[in-house]
Amino acid sequence: MPTTTEKFRRIVEDKTLSFSQKARYLAIEAENSLPYPALDDETAQALEDRVICDMYEGNAPYKPRYVLPDYRIVMQRGSDYLELPAPTTLDEAINTLMIAYHHVPSVTGIPVYIGQLDDLLLPFCEGVSDDALYRKIKLFWRYIDRVLPDAFLHANIGPTDNRVARTILRVDAELKQIAPNLTFLYDPEISSESILEQATNNIVECSKPHIGNHPVHAATFDERGYGIVSCYNALPIAGGASTMPRVNLRKVAECANNVAEFFDSVLPRYMELGFRLCEARIDYLFNKSSFFNSFLVDEGWIERDRFTVMFGVYGMAEAVNILMEKGGAQGKYGFDADANAMGLRMTQQMSEIVNARALKNVWRGRAMLHSQAGISIDKGTTPGMRIPYGTEPDPVSHIRALAPHHAYYTSGISEILTVDETIKNNPGAMLQLCKGAFQAGFREFTANVASNDLVRVTGYMIRLSDVARFQACEGSRTNTTVLGTEAAENTGILDRKPRVVGVELAPSYGQ
Amino acid sequence: MRQATVNKVLTYSVVDGPGNRLVLFMQGCNFACKTCHNPYTIDPCTHCGACIPACYSDALQMVDGKVVFDETRCDQCDNCLKACPISSSPMVSMLTVADVVEITRQYLPFINGLTVSGGEVTVQLKFVIELFEALKSAPDLAHLSRFIDTNGHLGKDGWARLLPVTDGVMLDIKALDPDKHRFLTGQHNRKVLQSARLLHEAGKLHELRYLVIPGHTDTKAEVDALIALILRLDPNLPIRLNAFQHHGVRGAATSWPKATKPVIETIKSRLFQADIPNVITPALYL
Repeated sequence: MPTTTEKFRRIVEDKTLSFSQKARYLAIEAENSLPYPALDDETAQALEDRVICDMYEGNAPYKPRYVLPDYRIVMQRGSDYLELPAPTTLDEAINTLMIAYHHVPSVTGIPVYIGQLDDLLLPFCEGVSDDALYRKIKLFWRYIDRVLPDAFLHANIGPTDNRVARTILRVDAELKQIAPNLTFLYDPEISSESILEQATNNIVECSKPHIGNHPVHAATFDERGYGIVSCYNALPIAGGASTMPRVNLRKVAECANNVAEFFDSVLPRYMELGFRLCEARIDYLFNKSSFFNSFLVDEGWIERDRFTVMFGVYGMAEAVNILMEKGGAQGKYGFDADANAMGLRMTQQMSEIVNARALKNVWRGRAMLHSQAGISIDKGTTPGMRIPYGTEPDPVSHIRALAPHHAYYTSGISEILTVDETIKNNPGAMLQLCKGAFQAGFREFTANVASNDLVRVTGYMIRLSDVARFQACEGSRTNTTVLGTEAAENTGILDRKPRVVGVELAPSYGQ
Repeated sequence: MRQATVNKVLTYSVVDGPGNRLVLFMQGCNFACKTCHNPYTIDPCTHCGACIPACYSDALQMVDGKVVFDETRCDQCDNCLKACPISSSPMVSMLTVADVVEITRQYLPFINGLTVSGGEVTVQLKFVIELFEALKSAPDLAHLSRFIDTNGHLGKDGWARLLPVTDGVMLDIKALDPDKHRFLTGQHNRKVLQSARLLHEAGKLHELRYLVIPGHTDTKAEVDALIALILRLDPNLPIRLNAFQHHGVRGAATSWPKATKPVIETIKSRLFQADIPNVITPALYL
């Protein structure tokens, strides 16, 4: 292990990092040279073994993981601290937001929430022509991508059908930038069918926006509202999430001798250790870090008692398959009724445990369950509740298998559904898929068009991994041995690229 | 109740008509195309049992002289297809109209409609008519569009019975030259071309599909004849160019060259030059 100063020097001299990336990694390493908040031995061991994980948020929590300012405050009153008057024109409004973003902390140093943009900007749009609005939004979008280049930075629009939301969708499809990420909140009672269609057409075009099931989310939060941020987390406005521990369900299942032991003692035990980890981190943030001595609190952008904890879980597929095997059964998660029932039982039990465990300095005194999407270092573990890559069924079957879980993951369930490129000739199918998902109980609908292993070609679904295997001269179990190399050459479809790049995915230097 | 022999039911398809489709692939075809990419849907199973030993997951059994398929055990290794002496498939289900209506209801929120494909749909014409009538008369299912994907080898009387309950037809044109058509499919194309006109006049021709086979259907004479056909019907008709590829193909055609993107794009630009604007090309090539 390099010493701390050696590590600093490696970062400073790293030829691949930009100046600002070096500054960020130096800050992370400096924080991590401090001792961790005091943990009991059992919690410390579980963290060391990574059965529970702190998402590498840092040793001395001096900022919440996610902050969702109520930007209405600065838009209506301006800011004394920032010496900003309340904006009166669209230019001033956008300028105010651009300034505000620089004062919003998060785990990455870049804000994860940039506001319910249509609500914030609509009051300033009277008398602004469609063309002027389009040009201003386009410049705003360019600014965000170039100055705050993080895929987890997230804008929200909807559920009403309005000029700003329409213009944002138009610009977003045109520019196809990584930042900002975008969520359209859909409410069948409020949103028009045609704006939902524009949103799902955009998904086909650029895999954005994410679509949130507004009535379901609204019922989970209060009248102050909620926002969808980062990788599809639903959190209270004027607050956020202090921290997100996560439990690796695969490792928990490996620790259990049998199914009964898993449910009766091992899972509850590791969840309790996850809560203790939260408590230690929250205690430091609230009582030592001085984070809340901030103009953000003084001026009402955020409130100390509106920060929840996202209790993340992932690796459901592996956990269920391990337990099925320990119970002498064959069925696989996602395909077998018994295996799926066990997965749902796990979700229900975790939800009960989260709802029963009181936590201090947490919004409503309880954590919120979250199906966690994974970070770059995860190996052999499938994100959240998802059916593993390479074995997933078609999107409709996938949605139907996951839908029963959605009710329990109140702070979000980050499932990115992969849809093959043939949908590009038929975007109406995406609209129907989205509506079907919501009717089946999905909290949110996220689809990524491209790089799907399972590709529908004329009459068939084929697996591109079979093509790749064939190309590697191993032959193929399925009947695809006649496939040539053109697939890769013509479509680039085998070059799986991450849908987004984001700082959260690589939480520290060397990962 | 009438039953149909169904090779496969897909509950997600974005290439068989508008929106997401529930697709029924019927077993049995009256063409024998050299380029068929699912040749095991051509002939019905004769229940000889040759496939049973090839199935290591015990999904096939002989019951009362018939091969019975248990879909829940199948892991789609396709060994049975390789073992079949007549290139058929034992992996079929016998479904009644009520069965299909039930499946449709299960997937209702996800689908824009139902498409019956094959094999060749019209070989099991009576079933398709009964199914579409059932869908059309059920208040909760009537909004679903009812499409078929056909080779067009059906006479006037058949269409007269099928079209009143059908919303749209996707028609394959295998070749324009009758001898070429016979060479590729084993049948004359007189009925197919008649069907194209008849379907267009009835306002039910949703899409013409043309399989581009290098050296066979991409010749100047063929493409000229295709253009002439389209212009006689409607220049704005959606034309889907499919690229011949080797996936699933058996026999001599496996040594024929595949249709690459440049080949397809050349034909597309020829159609454009003839003022045929709505040409759909593959989203990807194999």
